Amino acid sequence: MRTAFIEELCLLAENDPSIWLVCGDLGFSVLEQFSDRFPDRYLNAGVAEQNMTGIAAGLALEGKTVFTYSIANFPVMRCLEQIRNDVCYHGLNVKIVSVGGGMAYGTHGYSHHGVEDLGVMRCLPNMKVVAPADPFEARAAVQALVADHGPGYLRLGKAGEKNVHSQPVQFEFGRAIPVVQGSQVMIFSTGGTLGIALEAARDLQAAGLSVAVSSMPSLAPLDRDAILAAAHTAKLVVTVEEHGPGGLGSAVAEVMAESGLGCLLRMVRLRHEILKTAGSQEFLRASLGVSRQHLVDTVLSVLRP
Amino acid sequence: MSEIERLHSVAQCLRARAVRMVHKARASHLGSCLSMADILACLYWQVMKIDPANPVLPDRDRFILSKGHGAAILYAALAERGFFPIEELDTYCQSGARLNGHATSGVPGVEFSTGSLGHGLPVGCGIALARKRAGLPGRTFVLLSDGELDEGSNWEAFLFAPQHHLDNLIAIIDYNKIQSFGRTKDVLDLDPLADKLRAFRWDVREVNGNDMQELCQTFNNLPIGSGRPIVILAHTIKGKGISFMEDQLIWHYKSPSDEQLAAALTELGASA
Repeated sequence: MRTAFIEELCLLAENDPSIWLVCGDLGFSVLEQFSDRFPDRYLNAGVAEQNMTGIAAGLALEGKTVFTYSIANFPVMRCLEQIRNDVCYHGLNVKIVSVGGGMAYGTHGYSHHGVEDLGVMRCLPNMKVVAPADPFEARAAVQALVADHGPGYLRLGKAGEKNVHSQPVQFEFGRAIPVVQGSQVMIFSTGGTLGIALEAARDLQAAGLSVAVSSMPSLAPLDRDAILAAAHTAKLVVTVEEHGPGGLGSAVAEVMAESGLGCLLRMVRLRHEILKTAGSQEFLRASLGVSRQHLVDTVLSVLRP
Repeated sequence: MSEIERLHSVAQCLRARAVRMVHKARASHLGSCLSMADILACLYWQVMKIDPANPVLPDRDRFILSKGHGAAILYAALAERGFFPIEELDTYCQSGARLNGHATSGVPGVEFSTGSLGHGLPVGCGIALARKRAGLPGRTFVLLSDGELDEGSNWEAFLFAPQHHLDNLIAIIDYNKIQSFGRTKDVLDLDPLADKLRAFRWDVREVNGNDMQELCQTFNNLPIGSGRPIVILAHTIKGKGISFMEDQLIWHYKSPSDEQLAAALTELGASA
């Protein structure tokens, strides 16, 4: 996904001289594509995320479209106040890119697990929050972020993710992307769990249930219409994400609770615990309750108790 | 009246404005305003290229008040300089007014909203970098407090600016040596501050920040295109200009009573 990001950014930068890329001394062997071609619009700010984000704000004040880039929590948490006060307060054109969102850096430990980022970012006013499911969505999201003037957050996976969609997708802020149609169960997924959602849907369909799946890369703004439509027609809405409380599940719950509709909601998300064990991304997220099987079991426990 | 005397009278006028504003609003941070009055008078009336009729003039010098709690006297300077009507100063901190207690953009002449410390210098680095790489004129001035140098983000920026030869960036430290809870030397001692900044490869200039002659001499003779960022270490007195406020921590917080207002204005040679 990070490859899709940098390729797309380079394509856009060819035609848009305002695009800058600022990193926090991370992105080795990835960002060279950009830095080699656009050295005047590339900056390694060093291992100094607060300064990196303040600099991005200063560049944006001078009319630049600035992408900050680092891994997991570093471009988000370490400099959260700079994002809030320097970027969002001023509505500046800074896009924060976190590579390795969720538990992509599994064996690196909790310091490197970006599992609160979506919740934190979606609380910030003016912030567009995007978690693409695959390289197709990532490319479309980068295009949309460049076309939009204002703060943005892009949560990327790491590397080597397969495309889940079969072809390039239409991305719009505040619009879910329907992938599978169905009537009884609506599964909303954000970020890299779309594959899990599709596998679980197949299992559930084999069990005789009619299951729809939509990808929700845009967390802020959120597709309220898609949520309300599902709440009207389905028996059960399920969210799935590689994130703890505060992310997609919470966002969907807010909409459904206010709607007054009686549709049931279940959230498949990371339990609010800190794991100290090493493990692969798949191992760790399953350890905290996010897997194909958890999703299947959650649906069946409600509809086939 | 000499130019220095004129600028001194401007500074005294700004002090009187700030005292009236803080008194009316029952606000605080007056000591911080008073220590930087002379610096603002020198910058806005002598040094910086600005156009009150066009606050976003492309080639202007940029000014960021990183110590955003000194907003009252910045607003006073901007109003006196003609960025907006003097009468608006009466709305400082009033409900619905745009003159917030901390510097807030949207007020003509305020480049950047501040309030939380340690934000101004990194943003100044970004502006200076963009303009330097593009070969554009205009310098960026950032005024910091001494207390805010406790924030690590400033030291990230102190590392960054010389690395990128930001000679169009001028940091000014209002070194009044008092922070929220006491003397800077007792909270987190900054000294030897000039040596630290020199070690970070900045062009360090020390000046009495309440002496208009020295300020003008320094600011009017800054090198152009030296390849090094400049930091003016301005030794100041918190509460400067009002005898009972000078070097007193309490005037970081207190709002003057009616009697104190009258006494302060008398000392400043201003009418009530």
